[in-house]
Amino acid sequence: MAELLFERTKVLTDAITNYCPGCTHGIVQRLVAETIDELGIEGTTIGVTPVGCAVAAFNFYTCDMAQAAHGRAPAVATGIKRARPENIVFTYQGDGDLASIGIAETIHAATRGENITVIFINNAIYGMTGGQMAPTSLPGQVTQTSPYGRDVATAGYPIRVCELLSSLDGVALAERVTVDKPANVRKAKKAIKKAFEYQIEGLGYTIVEIVSTCPTNWGMTPAASFDWLRESMLPYYPLGIYKDAKAGE
Amino acid sequence: MAQPLNIMLAGFGGQGILFAGKIIAYAGLIDEREVSWLPSYGPEMRGGTANCSVCLSDEPIGSPLVTEPDALIAMNLPSYERFIDDVVPGGVVVVDSSMVGACTMRHDIEYYTVPATSLAEENGLKGLANVICVGKLLEATGFSTEEVCKQAIDKSVPASKAQLKDANKRALEIGEAWTASVC
Amino acid sequence: MAEKVLMKGNEALAEAAIRAGCRHFFGYPITPQTELAAYMAKRMPKIGGVYLQAESEVAAINMVYGASAAGVRVMTSSSSPGISLKQEGISYMIGADLPGLIVNVQRGGPGLGGIQPSQADYWQATRAVGHGDGHVVVFAPSTVQEMADSAASAFELGDKYRVPVMILADGLLGQMMEPVILPEPLADDALPKKPWALTGHKGEREHTVVNSLFLVAAELESSILERAERYQQISRDEQRAESFLTEDADVIVVAYGAASRIARSAVVKAREQGIKAGLIRPITLWPYPKDALEATLASAKAYLVTEFSTGQMVEDVRLVVNGRKPVSFFAHTGGVVPTPDEVLEALRLANEGEVFDIIPFQGKLTRKKEVQNG
Repeated sequence: MAELLFERTKVLTDAITNYCPGCTHGIVQRLVAETIDELGIEGTTIGVTPVGCAVAAFNFYTCDMAQAAHGRAPAVATGIKRARPENIVFTYQGDGDLASIGIAETIHAATRGENITVIFINNAIYGMTGGQMAPTSLPGQVTQTSPYGRDVATAGYPIRVCELLSSLDGVALAERVTVDKPANVRKAKKAIKKAFEYQIEGLGYTIVEIVSTCPTNWGMTPAASFDWLRESMLPYYPLGIYKDAKAGE
Repeated sequence: MAQPLNIMLAGFGGQGILFAGKIIAYAGLIDEREVSWLPSYGPEMRGGTANCSVCLSDEPIGSPLVTEPDALIAMNLPSYERFIDDVVPGGVVVVDSSMVGACTMRHDIEYYTVPATSLAEENGLKGLANVICVGKLLEATGFSTEEVCKQAIDKSVPASKAQLKDANKRALEIGEAWTASVC
Repeated sequence: MAEKVLMKGNEALAEAAIRAGCRHFFGYPITPQTELAAYMAKRMPKIGGVYLQAESEVAAINMVYGASAAGVRVMTSSSSPGISLKQEGISYMIGADLPGLIVNVQRGGPGLGGIQPSQADYWQATRAVGHGDGHVVVFAPSTVQEMADSAASAFELGDKYRVPVMILADGLLGQMMEPVILPEPLADDALPKKPWALTGHKGEREHTVVNSLFLVAAELESSILERAERYQQISRDEQRAESFLTEDADVIVVAYGAASRIARSAVVKAREQGIKAGLIRPITLWPYPKDALEATLASAKAYLVTEFSTGQMVEDVRLVVNGRKPVSFFAHTGGVVPTPDEVLEALRLANEGEVFDIIPFQGKLTRKKEVQNG
């Protein structure tokens, strides 16, 4: 009799995702699902999806899900959490959603110490609308709306979200990870799990920023996109823990 | 059935204009009449003037905004000047003569001057010139009774300031008893 | 019987909402709704409720979306410019079939406008409360008592039909005090069950999704049509209006909210002068109380609409009357409140067979050049 070595991740539905080849959304989504499964919180978890490529993630998770207006996931999550403090609430947001249109909601949910977990996909571009400049697009990065490269003189500088949020007292965990290779995937999983655990303990706002790829809109093969991630993005967005309420314990 | 009475109270912010209006409105409520109380609101209240419309009636009250007062309490000169010409002929006007030096040119109204601010200070009732004016208005118009107005004071004074109830009642009595010189 | 107390409209509405089971309030400061939020800030912590001052109106309405999705009775309050900011969230609530109470204590606009009482957001509330194909139920209280009563109705209808509900008040109703008898508090077990709510499935059911996204056109259409059926039912069953002295009236004034109080005074004065005047006061603005108006069409000779705007609700009256009788219009706007005597004068003109649109023009009340009439 054959031995079962790997099965479909629990907490994910059978729905086929809309993500492109080489996109890291699928990996991160699975890590979140595994975490929910391992912590045994599927039955109490409520997720909030953004506007962006992950908009339809409400179809992918087997826990209860809400879909939020662009950038408003932290506010929607706040409403859910305040109504049901006993439930586990997470948002899943991209860089345009979280760091541009929703930066006010992000900063204020963080500074309130809203006891939610934010999964932040930073791929330096607007994916769903077809590759426009994001608040996290790198200086010089060519996008549909920065066709000559992001000129910081006119378009300003990228936002480093974890660094920005780490100054706020309400933040229990701010950690930047990536998923470009198995070792980093394992680290990312650890960070995500820690974020959910901190929420269960009621420590406050937790965010895990995942430096991600968008081969389609970057105009690269999946393999090349991972090279670009390592060569261009990681120097600007260093991996690491920026805030940890339990550091030193 | 008592006559409807539309009252305008006006003065500086801090003189207790809205509170004075509230006593009158509560008296109307205890008398089981229809009442409304409408303050001026917004930055105006911090800019110096406060005013308040109070309507007492036996019929449902339409507009709560008093534009042609049957009665006016004016506690400073700008308020006096702003509203005196709006008072209906035969209307009752009570002014705090400590604050308003003006004699009126109108001879078609009942005009009472009460040195309410001075009276309040002399009687150790600082800050209750407003209630002294209400006392005079009560005496001049009979909009309710002294007993009911005292109950209204009990209702209007917040629990945190309950010790001020008696002082308010004394102020009411002083206003009622004041025989004002009509100038 | 419960005691009559003197309360501001804003505070009476807040207390009544609490008594209707609302334990979650998300707001942002703006005049002239301030007392409502302040009341909630004071009361909610004492009853185990949530008062949260959001970072913006936009955030506040999305918190309402979240809390409503989680199945609780929830509300927000604001005033005109703040409601414009909330429109995005209101549209999402409509699309996701989420109830919730939005209070608009209207002030003058457009733009920052002023802070005095206004009714210039009628179109926004009844026609364009957010993008897309939808409505909210709109209540228009005219007394402090009704401010309180409409809070209970709003939660009840909102839950019944799964639609957001707006209470369209104004600065005058919010700020004024009147005697009010507050409703008895609703028992916790009297709140309706919400099987659609996000509670965490606890392994006992399929997952629930609260969502307004349908990328397949036919699916979006069917969701809109299902909602449209509920709208039809609401339009049929939930129209509310008060008719005052309309049975034998020659001239009927149509006015809502604070304007209806002034209109009522004018009608009473007109009767004293021998003019057979009456008043129809819409209590729901959406659905518009067409039936109450229709019932007077056979006997009334003319209609007069008065509101605190340059003419918004008058269009609904003209839609119902549909040319069968003349409809005249008189108004002030921008925070200027008309006097009963002004309305009385307009009423007298309408009674004499004149048909007019009178609006303030350069400080004077001037007739519009082109008279629109039946």
